[in-house]
Amino acid sequence: MSALLLEAKGVAKHFGGVKALHDVSLSIRKGEIYGLIGPNGAGKTTFFNVLTGLYHPDGGEIVFAGEKLKASAPHEAAARGIARTFQNIRLFANMTARENVMVGRHVRTSAGVMGAVLCDRRTRAEEAAIHRRAEELLYYVGVADRADDLAKHLSYGDQRRLEIARALATDPQLLALDEPAAGMNSTETEGLRRLVEGIRADGITVLLIEHDVKLVMGLCDRVAVLDYGQKISEDVPSIVQKDPRVIEAYLGGAVA
Amino acid sequence: MTLFESLRHNRRAAIGAMLFLGILLAVLPFTVGSMMGNSWLRILDFALLYIMLALGLNIVVGFAGLLDLGYIAFYAVGAYFYALLASPHFGLHLPVWLIIPGGAMLAGLFGIILGAPTLRLRGDYLAIVTLGFGEIVRIFMNNLNAPINITNGPQGISGIDPINMGGVTLAKPIEFVGITIPSLHAYYYLFLGLALLIVFVSIRLEDSRIGRAWVAIREDEIAAKACGINTRNIKLLAFAMGASFGGVAGGLFAGFQGFVSPESFSLMESVMVLCMVVLGGMGNIPGVILGGILLTLLPEAFRHGAGPVQMALFGKILLDPEALRMLAFGLALIVVMLYRPAGLWPSSTRRREFKGEGA
Repeated sequence: MSALLLEAKGVAKHFGGVKALHDVSLSIRKGEIYGLIGPNGAGKTTFFNVLTGLYHPDGGEIVFAGEKLKASAPHEAAARGIARTFQNIRLFANMTARENVMVGRHVRTSAGVMGAVLCDRRTRAEEAAIHRRAEELLYYVGVADRADDLAKHLSYGDQRRLEIARALATDPQLLALDEPAAGMNSTETEGLRRLVEGIRADGITVLLIEHDVKLVMGLCDRVAVLDYGQKISEDVPSIVQKDPRVIEAYLGGAVA
Repeated sequence: MTLFESLRHNRRAAIGAMLFLGILLAVLPFTVGSMMGNSWLRILDFALLYIMLALGLNIVVGFAGLLDLGYIAFYAVGAYFYALLASPHFGLHLPVWLIIPGGAMLAGLFGIILGAPTLRLRGDYLAIVTLGFGEIVRIFMNNLNAPINITNGPQGISGIDPINMGGVTLAKPIEFVGITIPSLHAYYYLFLGLALLIVFVSIRLEDSRIGRAWVAIREDEIAAKACGINTRNIKLLAFAMGASFGGVAGGLFAGFQGFVSPESFSLMESVMVLCMVVLGGMGNIPGVILGGILLTLLPEAFRHGAGPVQMALFGKILLDPEALRMLAFGLALIVVMLYRPAGLWPSSTRRREFKGEGA
């Protein structure tokens, strides 16, 4: 068994009286593709938001790469190596595709106001490196030909890919994808599968929320199932698929 | 902005254009001064101050997308800082090279003071808080004459030292290699120099890691956070940078005018500067400069021209030029926002996109 990259311990999040997450513990190993599935409203995206620091958890903790993750500090989560995409694509609409990816390099670069104004050798070298990396990533996800177009004018599938490129630009250890195949046709989904497999092959651990069961079962090494904010199953896909609690969550309980 | 892009690729043409612009800007005060008189020279000087203000506000509103309706407060801070430290009011006469940077820093600090409590606010909520901040600063200036007289209240501070550089005062004509440079001209060159410096800083910032972070926050703050941008610090930086430009302009204003009073820093002034940014082309530096020039010159042209034109046409003045000026200003705003919602001179990416769509 390979080393753990992420360990969530008893994570809880309430919205008023609604327990969006209730004592969720799960562990993700380095280098695996880990699926997080569950019916609508099960708390998958809430878990993502706690993980990436957008929500403050009401209980529990997350240990990432051996160290506790600071709660509600999204930029620190990114700095630690957690990158994410969003269920409803959140690109910088009026920036070009290239600029979107360049923003992703922010956390790995350091030029400040003085550097920008003086444009010294170090800043120029850093800018050149940002440009290079952005080109590479645009090419990697397959939107290089749209580099100079505004993000909002890209096709839906390309926007999803661009968002992944932007996330990869932060040099993550863990890439968290929130329903990346939503709204994609089967060709696009197949392309996405290859992209995610390539990302894993490059040594990046992937956490995947997805509704496309075929994609999840084919792609993920292990899967966790959330229902009403609780983890009801966690194992390899073939076992999870047969878990009666999972079947009940998805299809409803037996009629008495 | 295809013109600018072709200039970027053609070095010789770029140098030529710069040279032409340089000569034009250098002879402008002499042409204006001899053809149109000193009142227009003063207006020209003010146009440069407003360009500085508009570029400062452009960082906050145009780049970072934070709607600030109290921006003139930073202009006031810079102006009062100069007035208090270089006037008979306290008997202090500090040198200008200390006051202007000091005013910029103090204004930057005020920018952070305004920014810190408003970090979670956006759009209309932020606009209301900043509006309140601008008014608070003005009202403080108005009332800080008791119990201890700091700002001299509504009477304002007069007798402010003119700007004095290396023993040469700009208040009197300067003899320079046989040429006499009148005071208004000298101020023009000083303001031009600083305005160009601010343009330069703005351009460098726009195309940098920091500038991209500002725009990212404007476009989607949550996504910006997820990209690892410390939105709190980057927003405060935008407020501080924008405010410091305002502080510089304020200090220059005080030295130029020789008099400051709270009524120069009313809400209307904030609105004016915001209009320059929005009308010119939010986030686009040449557009903002254009906005600053147009909105300084056109109202003045109305003020000076509306009376004589009416006399010539009707033989009497039917409409008060002052009222007419505001009417025209309002109409211009409506027309521009209807037909050019992105401003008179929007940024290149937008324009390129509009062209790309047609192809």
